[in-house]
Amino acid sequence: MTMDPLFEMQDVEKHFGTVIALGGVNFSVSEGECHCLLGDNGAGKSTLIKTMSGVHAPTSGRLLMRGQEVRFEDPRQAISQGIATVYQDLAMIPLMSVSRNFFMGNEPIQRRFGFNLFDHERADKVTMDEMRKMGINLRGPHQAVGTLSGGERQTVAIARAVYFGAKVLILDEPTSALGVRQTANVLATVDRVRKNGIAVVFITHNVRHALAVGDRFTVLNRGKTLGTANKGEITPEELQDLMAGGQELVELESSLGGTV
Amino acid sequence: MSDSTQDERIKNISPLRQALVRPELGSIAGTIIVFLFFGFLAFDSGMFSPRGVLNWSTVSAQFMIIAVGACLLMIAGEFDLSVGSMIGFAGMMIAIFSVTLQWPVWTSICVTFVLCTALGALNGYIVIRTGLPSFIVTLAFLFILRGFTIFFPQLIERKTIIGGVSDAADGDWLASLFGGKVGEPVFVWLADLGLIDVFERGSRAGQPVVDGIPALILWAIGLVIFGHFVLTRTRFGNWIFASGGDAQAARYAGVPVNRVKILMFMFSAFCACVFATCQVMEFGSAGADRGLLKEFEAIIAVVIGGALLTGGYGSVIGAALGALIFGVVQQGLFFAGVESSLFRVFLGVLLLAAVILNTYIRRIITGEK
Repeated sequence: MTMDPLFEMQDVEKHFGTVIALGGVNFSVSEGECHCLLGDNGAGKSTLIKTMSGVHAPTSGRLLMRGQEVRFEDPRQAISQGIATVYQDLAMIPLMSVSRNFFMGNEPIQRRFGFNLFDHERADKVTMDEMRKMGINLRGPHQAVGTLSGGERQTVAIARAVYFGAKVLILDEPTSALGVRQTANVLATVDRVRKNGIAVVFITHNVRHALAVGDRFTVLNRGKTLGTANKGEITPEELQDLMAGGQELVELESSLGGTV
Repeated sequence: MSDSTQDERIKNISPLRQALVRPELGSIAGTIIVFLFFGFLAFDSGMFSPRGVLNWSTVSAQFMIIAVGACLLMIAGEFDLSVGSMIGFAGMMIAIFSVTLQWPVWTSICVTFVLCTALGALNGYIVIRTGLPSFIVTLAFLFILRGFTIFFPQLIERKTIIGGVSDAADGDWLASLFGGKVGEPVFVWLADLGLIDVFERGSRAGQPVVDGIPALILWAIGLVIFGHFVLTRTRFGNWIFASGGDAQAARYAGVPVNRVKILMFMFSAFCACVFATCQVMEFGSAGADRGLLKEFEAIIAVVIGGALLTGGYGSVIGAALGALIFGVVQQGLFFAGVESSLFRVFLGVLLLAAVILNTYIRRIITGEK
């Protein structure tokens, strides 16, 4: 990758009291690139996401947006800089309609009789258009999100982030709870979004899903980034070993007959 | 609605199923059933005469006022069990300010409103800060406020009822907004036409038996319209749904969840205060036991109206109809001459049925098995 990174993290550390959750993270993502961040449970993925999205401020290190250092006091500031995060379970509210979910926190306003009203007509129309672009057929904009499949919910959340101007899209394990077909749909969505010039940070512990869409791969282990590899430079086995910290998995794998 | 590329797996759903997911449906059906029932059972009893209608609509309006506050708060994902005590407390404060301290009644009312909404905000602030269930926090306030409501009048006047508010309120502009009646000339005119009976004896002979619409009913209608409008037509309404549906997801989407919840606690307290003021102006006194059990009646009306106890789903119109059912049945049983203790049995059964129906509807909406 020769392009200048859109978003970059340099030597980022995050301590919680005496616990070092992140102990030196270097990571960057460019426009139109899908950078996969792999790590096992407890590797520090969640802390890293929250540091990127403005939930936590880093203890030390720098965050750069287009080469300029940025500091986020809260998630809203990160969003206003174009960094949007789609969380695994917390993307959507099942009881609310797709249209209400889509515009949650960004409701379109229409002024009538001196009141700022929620412009339902526009919200419904935009929702239906955006859903059609993403290949989701809704019964109507008032269909509750609860009736959508897990993959569709992730897709709606991604569409929402893109519609509201995300330049860096952070996806927190978007495929981990999904079936084969739904996973394929979400990966296709990621691919489509990337082609539109958005920088995608794809967080997962599934090597196969990462290899399917990733341009670069970074492995996170025990709060540190172990290095970054380009597509085609690394095999699934090598990635798997790096994630698990090498040694132990080799032993495990032999006992499981090489199926992990 | 849909385009040509229909997904073959999306089954067409029946209009009934579609209608079921509207929160008001249960209460609309309930309202029709209740009116049909009493139409047969108590038609001759005077329940549907002007006086009878005024009777049950006043009772329903009382329920409606507190149900609107409880409804918006429940949709935002919280409860307020201190509503009943707040009613007693607010009424007592108005009486103490206006009678004991001799403040003008309008000042007393204004100060009480500020005090009560501030207490509502405190309720909300404690819930947000501690992360405790609002059930426990407001249960504490149920006792705290009731305790003060009994303590203050005993300390000051050595009794638990403070009267004389009517005299103090005579001619007060704000008091008439809560205790007055509207449309007297219309009712006199209707009586002249023979559409409304007139008193035949006594000091009010010649006057219509119903001489105006109590301000209480207008407050109820006003609050229902306001609540419904805010919930369905404004951005803030979307935030109320989102805060109750999943507070964390709402926060991630940039919804100021804490502010929404605290404002709803304040609105619940405001509604209790409206109720209390109307009651004090009507009775001319404040009693330490006023508003007892009102919190549960408000919650029951809201649940009958189709709101989920867990938040994120419900309707103000539904809650208002729930309150109407509540009022019509309570007074209807009286008109029909049924033993009034059976009202509680009915209430329990209705509550259970409503909760079961709501849970079923929730499954339809969210697709849970």
